[in-house]
Amino acid sequence: MVKLDEIQKRLLLEIADLHQVPEGAYNIRSDSESVGRQSTANIEIVSKTGVSGLEIRIKPGTKNESVHIPVVLTKSGIKETVYNDFFIGEDADVVIVAGCGIDNCGNQDSQHDGVHRFFVGKNAKVRYVEKHYGSGSGSGKRVLNPVTEVFQEEGSVVEMEMVQIRGVDDTERTTRAELGAGAKLTVRERLMTHDEQRAISVYDVALNGKDASADVVSRSVAKGTSCQKFDAKIAGNAPCHGHTECDSIIMEQGRILAVPGLEANDPDAELFHEAAIGKIAGEQLIKLMTLGLTEAEAEEQIINGFLR
Amino acid sequence: MLELKELSFGVSDDGADKEIIRDISLTVPDHRLVVITGPNGGGKSTLAKLIAGVEKPTSGRIVFDGEDITDLGITDRARRGIAFAFQQPVRFKGIRVIDLLRIAVGRRIAVSDACEYLSAVGLCARDYIDREVNASLSGGELKRIEIATVLARNAKLTVFDEPEAGIDLWSFQNLIEVFESMRERVKDRSILIISHQERILNIADEIIVLKDGALQRQGIRSEVMPELIGTASAVQMCRGTGAGKGASSEW
Repeated sequence: MVKLDEIQKRLLLEIADLHQVPEGAYNIRSDSESVGRQSTANIEIVSKTGVSGLEIRIKPGTKNESVHIPVVLTKSGIKETVYNDFFIGEDADVVIVAGCGIDNCGNQDSQHDGVHRFFVGKNAKVRYVEKHYGSGSGSGKRVLNPVTEVFQEEGSVVEMEMVQIRGVDDTERTTRAELGAGAKLTVRERLMTHDEQRAISVYDVALNGKDASADVVSRSVAKGTSCQKFDAKIAGNAPCHGHTECDSIIMEQGRILAVPGLEANDPDAELFHEAAIGKIAGEQLIKLMTLGLTEAEAEEQIINGFLR
Repeated sequence: MLELKELSFGVSDDGADKEIIRDISLTVPDHRLVVITGPNGGGKSTLAKLIAGVEKPTSGRIVFDGEDITDLGITDRARRGIAFAFQQPVRFKGIRVIDLLRIAVGRRIAVSDACEYLSAVGLCARDYIDREVNASLSGGELKRIEIATVLARNAKLTVFDEPEAGIDLWSFQNLIEVFESMRERVKDRSILIISHQERILNIADEIIVLKDGALQRQGIRSEVMPELIGTASAVQMCRGTGAGKGASSEW
């Protein structure tokens, strides 16, 4: 039985909504060690050899099962790069919950760089949730640089939910995807930076098969003197449909750079981009204040809704 | 009771001072449905904003239930019992209808309670409760949700700024019914409606006429209404169609 201390429990709750050890397959990594692991009949989790990380093999046809692979860092000064590969069999339908929580009370930087690769079989369906969270009063930074690579075979569906709301000082997220015929990728990114934080999010999606589609939507809020860059490129290499959207709120001295990138390499590629950056609309604040909220409460409601 | 005392409001436009509200004194008594009418550009909506605290007067005082609220902000006025329905409802990404209703009521409410407010404006709660108050809703739907949030506040004084703007003829009849039922249900409440629609004027207890930012007339409906028929202060939603006939409870 896995024993978790209070900090570990708090971080797991933040990043994976876990109150206890999860059902189904899981691996919990804490301060560079696996502190608990469970495979199931259909989902096998094994350690990689040579490098730090896991191989997660999901049998074809596995339905309604989940894999949790949360990572927590509670000691100051840890720097690690972890390589996790997911092999999702044909026709499987699974939920994968990753995420990293860092509590850094020391003065040395803590950094977790997770490199995740997904090999998604024909007609398989994956919902992937990745949450980042940082806490701790130390001067050491909390750094996360996730790299996600997705290789989708014909007819597969991947839904990704990327959330980073608090406490991560520096992050560079890179997401690459290659989609075969009829494959579908949906990304919902929600990001909030505060104080002097910095966040970069880069997407590079290649729609290679006929009728492949991608919908990459980012909603972000930059507060304090934080800065963000959203760089989303979709290449249409076949008759396909691609859409990216960056919708951002800036507060105080926050800065955001949105870089749309669409590349049509096929005459039947349909690609769209939308981007909007601005302050909270004054009329939204006024409306909520006429319902009895203070300006600060109104702001909180608007941001919470926006990042829902 | 709401009292406006020698209220004025001006703006500076390209260096020239422009007076939008000129020295208005009037009273909105308790238990009354009062309609403010007058030609476009006469200062009606500005007056509503001054009452809600969205704009600050350049001079004069606003007294609500005996308390001078001139220097209070929007939030404090709302908490003292003033509700304000916008002419153009505001859209929010991510905030749902149920969220707005909960904020309006001031506590977590059950879906069944939310249903009551939504059905009062002709919306089926089940279809709308989890909808975001965003651009996916039509102008008419937004307007009804706006009115539902104001109903949910159950305020002592509710100010509607041109409630008929942006709704269709069919909905208009139901809007009138909402005002009538509001008046009947809450005897100790007052309703102030900014409108120059004849049908809304027809349900008023009192009518106030504003022109060029100044108070032109205030009196009971039977006295004021005959003077307004056929003027810009009492226009018909759509002439000759009999909007009310056979209107069902659907909006």
